[in-house]
Amino acid sequence: MNSDANPLLALALTFAVMSLFAVGGANSAIPEMHRVAVEVRHWLTDKQFADVYAISQLSPGPNVLIVTLIGYSVAGVVGALVATIAMCLPTAVLAFFVSRFLARSSHARWPAIVQAALVPLSIGLMGASGFILAQTSDRTVVAVFITVGAAVLAAATRLNPFWMLLAGGCLGFAGLVG
Amino acid sequence: MFPDSPPAAAPAPGSPTSSPPSLLALFVAFAKMSLAGFGGVLVWARRGIVDQHKWMTADEFNETFALCHFLPGPNIVNLTFVFGSRFRGIAGGIAAFTGLLGPPALIVTVLAALYQRYGEIDALRRILAGVACAAIGLMLAVVFKMMMPLIRRRDLVGLLVLIAVFIAIGVLRLPLPTVLLVAIPVSIAITFWMRRKEAA
Repeated sequence: MNSDANPLLALALTFAVMSLFAVGGANSAIPEMHRVAVEVRHWLTDKQFADVYAISQLSPGPNVLIVTLIGYSVAGVVGALVATIAMCLPTAVLAFFVSRFLARSSHARWPAIVQAALVPLSIGLMGASGFILAQTSDRTVVAVFITVGAAVLAAATRLNPFWMLLAGGCLGFAGLVG
Repeated sequence: MFPDSPPAAAPAPGSPTSSPPSLLALFVAFAKMSLAGFGGVLVWARRGIVDQHKWMTADEFNETFALCHFLPGPNIVNLTFVFGSRFRGIAGGIAAFTGLLGPPALIVTVLAALYQRYGEIDALRRILAGVACAAIGLMLAVVFKMMMPLIRRRDLVGLLVLIAVFIAIGVLRLPLPTVLLVAIPVSIAITFWMRRKEAA
């Protein structure tokens, strides 16, 4: 299989495999998406990746839809569809079978242990995502200020995150982010 | 395990009075939750499933979410498929899945087309740069909130695993599969060993 020649095949393979390793959700797969899409496949530049992440956060729906945007920039509407399904369907079907299996078996102790063991992994992955994205985006003092401000507000208050994204957009429009 | 044991987790949760939702109801409900969810759908999914439609109790929701959290893939997508299939089998899973992903994917595709056409416009670039900075902050806040229970428990081993994964992926930029193939067995072994020690 020569996945370099066929971009749709490359998208399908990349995201189907990636989803199986996305422990702790879509956000923890961001470093891997960045590594594959920017460094390995050269589908996007660093800047485009940061933009695509911003768009996926600005739009409603699950955060995993960043793969829809990556798929679109590789192969248009069909690419968007292929990337989304490859990222979402295999693990959903896996979850379906596992939940049916667990519903049938009696009280299981292993899921609790596995789950507890995976918690620090998924937090570490998400921290790495934030760190990698901050390195590409936070290149000025104001940019760092927006990131830190949004982090503090979101951690300490119940303010709707949309307002922080809006505030970031306004400061960016004013030309303060660089 | 035994055919005559009582069904501990019957495949039809929800209050006994309500009839299972139709395929269309599943599609519409998940489309609504998804379109309301800026920066993550989980909060809205919980609100819709537990509070609004009363399709699951809070405990049933937590258990289902825990299952989907330890499985790979986008959690909320897994949860949606599992949830839909409990009521209407595979078709229900697909209806809920399509509702969750279809409408927002359409919106995001339109945004992608606009970005490809107008992405080079300076004002838009500046706005997106600002939004990206704020979005990264939101992600860091989630990381912080998730770390709090580990810090409160003084879970040193967990925090060490967390930092090791952070350095491997964030600083050294090692490939994810390699890191996980090492980190998952190690973390499970440590957790298993710690629990046995606590129990003893």
